[in-house]
Amino acid sequence: MAASKRSRLRTPTAVVALVGAVALAAVALLGPAVWGSTADTTTVADRMLGPSAAHPFGTDELGRDLFARVMVAARLSLVLTLGATAITMAGGVVLGLVASVLPRVARRLVTGFMDILLAFPWLLLVLFFSAIWGASAVGAMLAIGFAGVPSIARLVYTMSSSLSGRDFVRAARVAGVGPLGVLGRHVLPNIRGPLLVNTAATASVTLLSFAGLSFLGLGVQAPDYDWGRLLREGIARIYLNPMAAIGPGLAIVLAGLVFTLASEALASRRGHGLRTIGRLAKAAAGIPSGDVEPSAPERARPVAEVRGLRVAFPDGDGGLVERVRGVDLTVAPGETVGIVGESGSGKSLTAMALAGLLAPPAVVTAAARTFDGIDLSRPLSRADAARVGAGLGMIFQDPLTSLNPALTIGRQLTEVPEVHLGMSRAQARERATEALRVVSIPEPERRLRRYPHEFSGGMRQRAMIGMALTASPRLLIADEPTTALDVTVQRQVMAVLRRAQRDSGAAIVFISHDIALVSAFCDRVVVMKDGLVVEELDAGRIRQDAQHPYTRALVACLPDMSSDRSRPLPVIAGDGSTA
Amino acid sequence: MNALEIDDVTVRYRRELAVDGVSLAVPQGRTVGLVGESGSGKSSIANAVVGLVRPASGDIRVGGASVVGRGAAVTQARRRTQLIFQDPFSALDPLMPVGASIAEATRATGRRWSREAKAARVRELLGQVHIDPARADELPAAFSGGQRQRITIARALAGEPSVLIADEVTSALDVSVQGAVLNLLRELQRDLGLSILFISHNLAVVRYISDEICVMRHGRIVEAGETEALLRDPADGYTRELLRAVPVLGRRMEFEDA
Amino acid sequence: MAVSPLARSATGDGTPSPARPRGRAAGPALSPRLAFLLRRLGRLAVSLAVVVVATFLIVHLVPGDPVRAALGPSATPELVAATRAELGLDQPVLQQFTDYVAGLLRGDFGVSIRTQRPVGETIAQRFPSTLTLAVLAFVVTVIGALPIGVAAAISARSGRHGVVDGVVSSVLGVLIAIPSFLLAVGLIAVFSVSLGLLPVAGWGQPQHLVLPVVTLALGPMAYLARIVQVEMFTVLDSTYMTTARSKRLPARLVYRRHALPNIVTASLTVGGLILSGLTAATVLVEMVFAIPGLGEVTVAAVSGKDYPMIQGVVLVYALTVLGVNLVVDLILITVDPRSSIAEG
Repeated sequence: MAASKRSRLRTPTAVVALVGAVALAAVALLGPAVWGSTADTTTVADRMLGPSAAHPFGTDELGRDLFARVMVAARLSLVLTLGATAITMAGGVVLGLVASVLPRVARRLVTGFMDILLAFPWLLLVLFFSAIWGASAVGAMLAIGFAGVPSIARLVYTMSSSLSGRDFVRAARVAGVGPLGVLGRHVLPNIRGPLLVNTAATASVTLLSFAGLSFLGLGVQAPDYDWGRLLREGIARIYLNPMAAIGPGLAIVLAGLVFTLASEALASRRGHGLRTIGRLAKAAAGIPSGDVEPSAPERARPVAEVRGLRVAFPDGDGGLVERVRGVDLTVAPGETVGIVGESGSGKSLTAMALAGLLAPPAVVTAAARTFDGIDLSRPLSRADAARVGAGLGMIFQDPLTSLNPALTIGRQLTEVPEVHLGMSRAQARERATEALRVVSIPEPERRLRRYPHEFSGGMRQRAMIGMALTASPRLLIADEPTTALDVTVQRQVMAVLRRAQRDSGAAIVFISHDIALVSAFCDRVVVMKDGLVVEELDAGRIRQDAQHPYTRALVACLPDMSSDRSRPLPVIAGDGSTA
Repeated sequence: MNALEIDDVTVRYRRELAVDGVSLAVPQGRTVGLVGESGSGKSSIANAVVGLVRPASGDIRVGGASVVGRGAAVTQARRRTQLIFQDPFSALDPLMPVGASIAEATRATGRRWSREAKAARVRELLGQVHIDPARADELPAAFSGGQRQRITIARALAGEPSVLIADEVTSALDVSVQGAVLNLLRELQRDLGLSILFISHNLAVVRYISDEICVMRHGRIVEAGETEALLRDPADGYTRELLRAVPVLGRRMEFEDA
Repeated sequence: MAVSPLARSATGDGTPSPARPRGRAAGPALSPRLAFLLRRLGRLAVSLAVVVVATFLIVHLVPGDPVRAALGPSATPELVAATRAELGLDQPVLQQFTDYVAGLLRGDFGVSIRTQRPVGETIAQRFPSTLTLAVLAFVVTVIGALPIGVAAAISARSGRHGVVDGVVSSVLGVLIAIPSFLLAVGLIAVFSVSLGLLPVAGWGQPQHLVLPVVTLALGPMAYLARIVQVEMFTVLDSTYMTTARSKRLPARLVYRRHALPNIVTASLTVGGLILSGLTAATVLVEMVFAIPGLGEVTVAAVSGKDYPMIQGVVLVYALTVLGVNLVVDLILITVDPRSSIAEG
């Protein structure tokens, strides 16, 4: 554990960034002393030389050594960069924080103005400010510094106003902490990390833009020189001596890289980038799932079955964490199975594995994993895909995110009939209309042309159920389908689900954290805890039949409409029993 | 004597009418449950009471003194209310040790606290909510959801309120943790004589903890009364619908009307 | 405790009203798209005003005497006074501003201090090259970025090509970080100096366009590809993609129909920013490749303190940016059903 923490703090990126920063600082501090005289020595005989051992980058038109000039220019380039970065960050932080505590009208004026400025390319802002302060080193520093203010101000404003909406800030305000106190005590400490990252990133951009401005002749003026100015002089002679341009170019790229790496090193301590996700995905791929043994034909073939199901995720240190640890679950045709458990019990993962929908980075292994006799652990043939696609319906917790926001309801409901049942568009539309009617959505023809965001929460959930009904569902998997809904709407959705089941004869796997709801809707209840099935019970006799202490505790600690109000609720102890 | 009186309060967000002429009272030492679905305006009432939102009209009185508007008297009266939040993960500053968060809330008492007195008070409060006082220097990340909710309760108590507003305090918690938080609230009420406005969408939870219940819908109170009486014989159709929608363990849900 | 007598019982018939508003909203309801359009047009009007005022103010914000600064220390007091009168700087500020706006409305941008030619004429002459360059670069950017970004996301998510993913990601990162003028130096060094394939500078022939356009496009292309990749990643992780996968649709249908439309908004918004960025980035690239566009005029005007010219070019760049934004907004309204909602 200690080792892994240390390795995270000393990533290669961080090491390179640190070494680079030290090197830059050294060159900036010592450069003029070490190379100063060489850089200014004019030798007419050595004019316009190409690269050689004595002059790695060649010489300029006065015979001065270009390598020495690049090293000496580091100080001015970096000082100007830091100056402009300081202006940008100070201006941005002050403006952003002030904007976040202004009264509403003033706040909207300020942020509206920031947004307008942000619409303009940054270079245009720099040119505007350059026109005001003139083509000089200080003018360019001011121009670049001020041009960066709007974007940092916007960032700070966004971060601090999102923090202001958080409950801990509201609690501080209720306790009587004033706006400035809130900024100092809660907002600033919480945005310090992102600000550091952005300071480094801003420094990188600033360095490059300084070079650009000097390159245009609008920055540092002769006889002073920074990297951009050397580049400008070099490019005029690029045919004679490419190194005259490439040398200062390299210096700019390397210095920019140091700032960028510093920013990345700071950022990587605070979350995972794309690369991490890719790496995790890779860790998960290629782990084989177990061989399938056909289940014993003791009763009617189950509509879905998993045996010895294990689901694991990479833990970030190269290992795997098992979240489902050997679960057997069989769903008979037409039955209603409830899975109940608290957060982290593995109930949702079990359902997703049952539907064959877990993708990397999840690592799924099972002795058997079938849907309607089809092995889900291998790639599906076209015919099998059609059977699974037509026979399986999914209903998720948040109906807004489970419907595609960019497609009409009609498009999403006609897909399965068109693709898997070979229906024409008109037939599929007819089928979708019928499905919406079954789930009690009024005016189904008109509603098919609507987008999900135009539906209410309960109606979206019913549309999801309708989607399953467009084909010939054998199994509906409903994962907390009513948790995001009000109880009265929950009741309506449950009614629709029940009717859909009666009409289609599909089995239902109903997942919820609410043991009362599960018992009121299902035939059979599977209680899960920590990735294991604790107990399976007849839904109507949970109170009487529950043996396992965890199930008994779950039942006991749930207040219902008949709980004794004069006594404290039983509480589940760490070992799963009531205390 | 009423600890909290909400008198014909209307809350408006720009064009939207969130609370529409609501009146209710929390008697001294009692718990009043406010139940309603999303968008019914119950959280707006909570925000109005603690001064995070200013009512468009109406008056709110704590211990007889108005908490609407500005001024020393209002600030004084407002200090007697404290709010507990729904999400224990966003309710604590992730970079502030929990003890410091609680200490910060002692400002609401309006008294000056010496460093030692503050530290002692933080230890006392943590003990009251059954958190080891030795952990005061740890960050919120070191605590579980249920523990964090208990810490936010300790923070609310640091303000020495006479009225606690609990806004969906158990909604984000697992059932097993919910019981402990509910028990704690009841225990604190008994020991400290607190008056509590308990806001939730969960009728069973509200029933368990409240002496009286107000049912809210579309910004108005549709029905109110003593808990047992109201639930035994609900007069309003919406209350009946709510009651019918609560699932009961082991009893099959009937949908004959749906 | 009061119980409102107005409270009505719920219907409970399973038909909630569509998109039930929270509480009761007062006032007339605009069509969300129309409201979005009006908001954006309002912002455009304000932006326009900001641009006009800002360009007008350039002369007045210059520390010291702008005319003396423009003409240099050797200019005679008579010349300074004459130029001041010519620029109208001897008038009251308000008068100057109304004259400025009236001139703009007539298409009169004033006369350059340096060349004594009308600013509008110079801009009309130079702007087409700049616009050609920016638009070509934009087309190349989009054509390159979309497939790269989508492929990178799908590949990274499958987790099967770790090394390729790493290389692509690094190359994109480097391309984003390198500024265009440095890229130009590298490209010239390789393709013009070493290989002698392409001309180092010039204008008028198709081969003159290749290096400038590539220089301009590479960075934005990498950036847009990165955005597309990130967006695609979010989309692939979303619940509605799980829904689509649960239907066992053919993979191409899943990606084309369900994933692509959801990255349009973000890609378009970034695309608009890129196009406006490109119009300004031409300044640097035109300087490197000696292209007779607006960039050279801009740099000469800024270093020569030719204020009427500066006002003119800044105005033209800014108007181009606003035009691009307007076009992006119009496209967003047509293609994205939610653009109105996203802003709340």
